[in-house]
Amino acid sequence: MKFSRIIANTGEWLTGNGPHRNIVVSSRVRLARNLRNKPFPGWAKKNERVEILQSLKEAVEGLPEMQNAFSEVLESLSPLEKQVLVERHLISREHAAKGVGSGVVMNVEQTLSFMINEEDHLRMQAILNGLQLSKVYEMINKTDRELEDSLDFAYHRELGYLTACPTNVGTGMRASAMLHLPGLVMNDQVNKIINSVNKIGLAVRGLHGEGTEAMGNLFQISNQTTLGEAEEEIIERLNKVIATIIEHEQNARLILLERRPTTLLDQIGRAYGILCHAHSMTSKEALNLLSVIKLGIDLGLFPASHLPPVDELFIETQPAHLQKGVQLKKMAADERDTLRASLIRAKLKSMPEPDITKIPTTPSGAGDSHDE
Amino acid sequence: MKCDVCQQGEASVFLTEIVQGKMKKANLCPACAKAKDVEQAGFGLVEALGLGAPSELELSPAGTKCPVCGFSQSDFKKTGRFGCSHCYDVFGDLLAPMLKNMHKGTEHVGKKPEDFERQAEQSRKLQALREDLDRAVEAEEYEKAATLRDQLRQLETGPLA
Repeated sequence: MKFSRIIANTGEWLTGNGPHRNIVVSSRVRLARNLRNKPFPGWAKKNERVEILQSLKEAVEGLPEMQNAFSEVLESLSPLEKQVLVERHLISREHAAKGVGSGVVMNVEQTLSFMINEEDHLRMQAILNGLQLSKVYEMINKTDRELEDSLDFAYHRELGYLTACPTNVGTGMRASAMLHLPGLVMNDQVNKIINSVNKIGLAVRGLHGEGTEAMGNLFQISNQTTLGEAEEEIIERLNKVIATIIEHEQNARLILLERRPTTLLDQIGRAYGILCHAHSMTSKEALNLLSVIKLGIDLGLFPASHLPPVDELFIETQPAHLQKGVQLKKMAADERDTLRASLIRAKLKSMPEPDITKIPTTPSGAGDSHDE
Repeated sequence: MKCDVCQQGEASVFLTEIVQGKMKKANLCPACAKAKDVEQAGFGLVEALGLGAPSELELSPAGTKCPVCGFSQSDFKKTGRFGCSHCYDVFGDLLAPMLKNMHKGTEHVGKKPEDFERQAEQSRKLQALREDLDRAVEAEEYEKAATLRDQLRQLETGPLA
């Protein structure tokens, strides 16, 4: 499969219709595996890495679910192409920085992707939209079972699956969900939630994982520990916490409607106005405004049929995606900002103004009791 | 302690040199030390004397290296990552307290490779049969013992053995 097909097709995890889709953007499970008798990628010499890459690439391509897969060594991908994969969460930022001796394999639907020689020999992930952690674990568990027939994975009687970094040893699993929490952010409750989630051994991160800023009110929640707890237990724990956060977000939205409807309508109206009329926009501003529009759709102020184009814009306004049609050369930031604004204007052209008569009424009426 | 050079005199001059991360030692008697002009000689004397094969055992744990991949403890301190899967056994002592702080437990309780599960099952069965056999022999139940022995043999030569 050609890279152009990956680019042309946004992937199933963006377009599917999973449970709790309005708050849980995606669910992802990643397993780290290593070959028993080979040095880890960070310690292996170049020729060893190339050799490991070849054998793993072949094994992954041979999987029944990876027929007609996109499979490439990283030195054959341009920086822009790698960045597209990062923006779709199909490879990590760290992996995008690799070259000779590393590779990537993914299926047409982009629900399964394999990073070869990232920090570990093999990091495989499954991703679906909505809250479906158990299902994505099943998907990746199956490929792991299939691969272990032909590959000798490093497994230790007491420590489980061995990984380059001891923070991943045991299950080698990182399960995560991307949550859209505009209500909690607007109500200034999100830090409280993050702190309590951190206390129970789960991590909350920004859009692109470790050390990244939270943009577009998007937060990634994942397990922090991998040893001493079975895969299903970790997922169960995450599911419970996510269910609680969903509840808090829904409550936060109700509170906003009840106590600060003017602020809410003002923010949605401004977001609509700016997105539909701006001529230059950074990706951060775009994400933050799109997030407010998404909230407006959830609240019924815009027709639900406008959700897919808005969701697509979350990805398409990212720097590399923006340039994918204009691949001649890397654009300057201000050129991208202009292009981004015109893309958004075009895509939202058919979107009607927010219909404030559709705002859900609450028992206490529409009075704006105490607002700034 | 005998002198490393003449193998006769009592050693009272102890040389320790660390060259390129390898520690070498030599013990000399006063006579040999004087003859080799130890006090005037500079670095590399132990090697010049053809003594002191570098001994991994005598090194402090900080210099421990993985015999499979050559990764050292200081590499681990620098990167926080290991060189290969065997490092987990080599640096087990160093790792144990770290794991306690990092994780919920110190033992894996999740998924196992299927082969590993089958092997564990096989060895459990073998162990049980061996114990039954011992008991049968002790109780002089030879017919039963013969049956158990046959079962044991069959299991041992089975496809997984």
